[in-house]
Amino acid sequence: MRIVYTDVLVVGGGLAGLRAAVGARRRGLEVIILSLVPPKRSHSAAAQGGMQASLGNTARGAGDNEDVHFEDTVRGSDWGCDQEVARLFAHTAPQAVRELAAWGVPWNRVKAGEREVVVDGRRVSLAERPEAHGLIAARDFGGTKKWRTCFVSDGTGHAMLYAVSDQAVAESIPVHERCEAIALIHDAGRCHGAIVRNLVTGELSAYIARATCIATGGFGRIYRVTSNAVINEGIGAAIALETGVAELGNMEAVQFHPTTIVPAGILVTEGCRGDGGLLRDAAGHRFMPDYEPEKKELASRDVVSRRMEEHIRAGHGVKGRFGEHLWLDITLLGKAHIDGRLREVKEICQHFLGIDPARDLIPVRPAQHYSMGGIRTDASGQSTRLAGLFACGEAACWDLHGFNRLGGNSVAETVVAGMIVGETMADFVESSAGDLQVSTALVREFLEWEQARIDTLLHGDGSENATALMARMQSIMTDKVGIFRRGDLLESAVEELQQLLVRSRSIGIATRRPGANPELVPASRVQKMLTLALCVAYGALQRTESRGAHYREDHPRRNDADWLKRTLARWPDAGDTLPTLAYEPLDVTRMELPPGWRGYGAKDAIEHPATEARAAEIAAIRAAFGHADRYILQQALMPFEQLVPEPFRGRNERLGDTP
Amino acid sequence: MSAPAKPRRLTLRILRSTPGAHVEPQWQDFAIEEAEGMTLFIALNEVRQNLDPSLQFDFVCRAGICGSCGMLIDGRPGLACRTLTKDLGSTITLAPLPVFELIGDLSVNTGKWMRGTAERLETWIHSQQAPALTAMEAPMEPELAEAIYELDRCIECGCCVAGCGTLRMREDFVGAVGLNKIARFRLDPRDARSDEDFYDLIGDDSGVFGCMSLLGCHDVCPKGLPLQTQIAFLRRKMAVVGFK
Repeated sequence: MRIVYTDVLVVGGGLAGLRAAVGARRRGLEVIILSLVPPKRSHSAAAQGGMQASLGNTARGAGDNEDVHFEDTVRGSDWGCDQEVARLFAHTAPQAVRELAAWGVPWNRVKAGEREVVVDGRRVSLAERPEAHGLIAARDFGGTKKWRTCFVSDGTGHAMLYAVSDQAVAESIPVHERCEAIALIHDAGRCHGAIVRNLVTGELSAYIARATCIATGGFGRIYRVTSNAVINEGIGAAIALETGVAELGNMEAVQFHPTTIVPAGILVTEGCRGDGGLLRDAAGHRFMPDYEPEKKELASRDVVSRRMEEHIRAGHGVKGRFGEHLWLDITLLGKAHIDGRLREVKEICQHFLGIDPARDLIPVRPAQHYSMGGIRTDASGQSTRLAGLFACGEAACWDLHGFNRLGGNSVAETVVAGMIVGETMADFVESSAGDLQVSTALVREFLEWEQARIDTLLHGDGSENATALMARMQSIMTDKVGIFRRGDLLESAVEELQQLLVRSRSIGIATRRPGANPELVPASRVQKMLTLALCVAYGALQRTESRGAHYREDHPRRNDADWLKRTLARWPDAGDTLPTLAYEPLDVTRMELPPGWRGYGAKDAIEHPATEARAAEIAAIRAAFGHADRYILQQALMPFEQLVPEPFRGRNERLGDTP
Repeated sequence: MSAPAKPRRLTLRILRSTPGAHVEPQWQDFAIEEAEGMTLFIALNEVRQNLDPSLQFDFVCRAGICGSCGMLIDGRPGLACRTLTKDLGSTITLAPLPVFELIGDLSVNTGKWMRGTAERLETWIHSQQAPALTAMEAPMEPELAEAIYELDRCIECGCCVAGCGTLRMREDFVGAVGLNKIARFRLDPRDARSDEDFYDLIGDDSGVFGCMSLLGCHDVCPKGLPLQTQIAFLRRKMAVVGFK
């Protein structure tokens, strides 16, 4: 029995996991990272457009601050997020961007003077302030009041990932590559580490850790049409679910990105529209202003994706070999802009479509993109039910995004949550709660159980085909649990997914060899993925309202009276075919920003009975603190400083701050 | 985008091998039908799904961004995910990248090699003081930030390593990927290292003076990095230090 001991085990080598690992390491702890792939190949690298942080350096960003970023994020979430977490995030994001600058990320910088940009289809001239010259620039993104998205051309995630990954190397943090955590070791409500399969040798080992952090990203691959990388199968969230103890939050909250290319499903950044790109239909008509006069192409992603599908349903789609699509037009931005700031988009168009986006329109259609749901944690990043288990980034439901994430808030979340969880894990390990109390007998039990599961696949008499089950699951999710959802379709999805889950318990494989057996990979993952798919579909069926990205055609209004609450899914018994759902109400009486209209999308929400009183309370506090500075006012509205780890306290400096 | 009336039959001729299995590597042919817009990512997955579930290869982003799928495509290093079959003949040979440790079939351990390079060349910003996180960031000229990004675009796919003549003779050569990283950090004013420091890292035959200027690296780089210019420039700068 091979056992590896460490203080902190981080599962996942993308931005969130790497940053958490660096934080814990710098507190003097021993840290090991597990990664399915070399960390620089993680899906974080595919984040193109940028990261939101309210630096306010550019002309169109001037006046930005944590308050505006917070409000944009809450509105974007359709009031589904945890507002204290949104505050903690908005406060820490500028520090994250500045730390990354010091670590070498070549953020695009402000150039003083006049420059031409495209806004709302027209070329306009902007004057950047001389005192801002050389500071970190920002571009426009959907659902934001200010230009807040810091960027490195359209390779932002790549540049960030390389900088943070190289910091992990500088800190001598070992990364065990091509290793997959296949189960969490736990008992009595305490996580002790993970059982890990080496994907090259096939060998199983146990990693025992005082703190375990899941940072495995999203689960987009439960869908057939997704922008996600092939490794985004959600196994980290699934093994947490499999404990029967840890909870997953808001799994039905799945984001569809408006612009992925047809048919490959590869993302082209929201920066295309942020920089002035337009959406057009078969007739060449720019249709978004017809639906969303306020924000047009730059409403939030859930709204734009829905409007696009609505427009296609109304008969305005472009008919092609691979179904219908719409056009993304960035020709008006000009070749120089595309060559400089949208070069990944240009390469993708060249290689996968054979077109030049400076001249040609890009065929696009919404596709699954992001998982707002994940392992439910408190604001410190620890699982609400399984002590010693932490989660950050897309794998977590920290709950920054509620039912819709804003573009640019996910890479920002990875590093911000990584900063916070790195600290809180170190605090945990240093406290008595972090003491290890695990017997090797328990470890052996988990190890033998997992080995038996693999042996059953290799030598059992199962006859089900894993890739066929996977493909069927993906089709069900895309066809029935997509952008437009309906009770009857969701019911049939749940029913069929349950059948697939039962069948997945008797999978057989052809290649009966251990070691690097690629056939074992889908065979061992599909059952886990099906449990996630069931959390999504069943959660969506139960939620009889529309909120953010969760849109029910049979319940089209947001219903705060009945549904201002977070879905919590557990899987108490391995033999179950459905998750056990519970709900955690969001407390209106403590919200800094009580529910209202988002500023785009539908206006007909059913109000929560406490909203009016809270809104009056907030108005009274604002009136009473009319002359105080914004920090003191904020403190009176919804204090959150107690959540900020000590190294990240203090006020973020900005250009033109009055001392 | 007009497709031929009848789809082509493609033969994927793949070099199969299992290290440690005491079986000679051998070519194996797989016949599939071409589809419109088919990439080698799609084609190889079809082979694995329908013809041989044991076939090993690596893909992650399938969008030309992550650098996982470097392989020899008709003998030339390239990214399989963004290679369209329509640009190739009806028989396509695929082999693993040389130089790197072989995992099996088309899968090689680029991660281990690149981590070694990062440790050896210390590919991170060396700075004396930790940043004050709440303070204003230090300004940087916009053009300089763009010039750094130009070199920061490397995706460590290993194509330059596989296309390198020097590496065939010198196992310890840092390769274009390593030299480009030094050029990148050298350009970055946030890195406190001097040319003397960089000379210690690459000022010998395993570094910039080992390059024979065959420049296969430059020809095969999927990101079009200016490797030729950067290597020449570094060689001049390092020679200056060497003469001191």
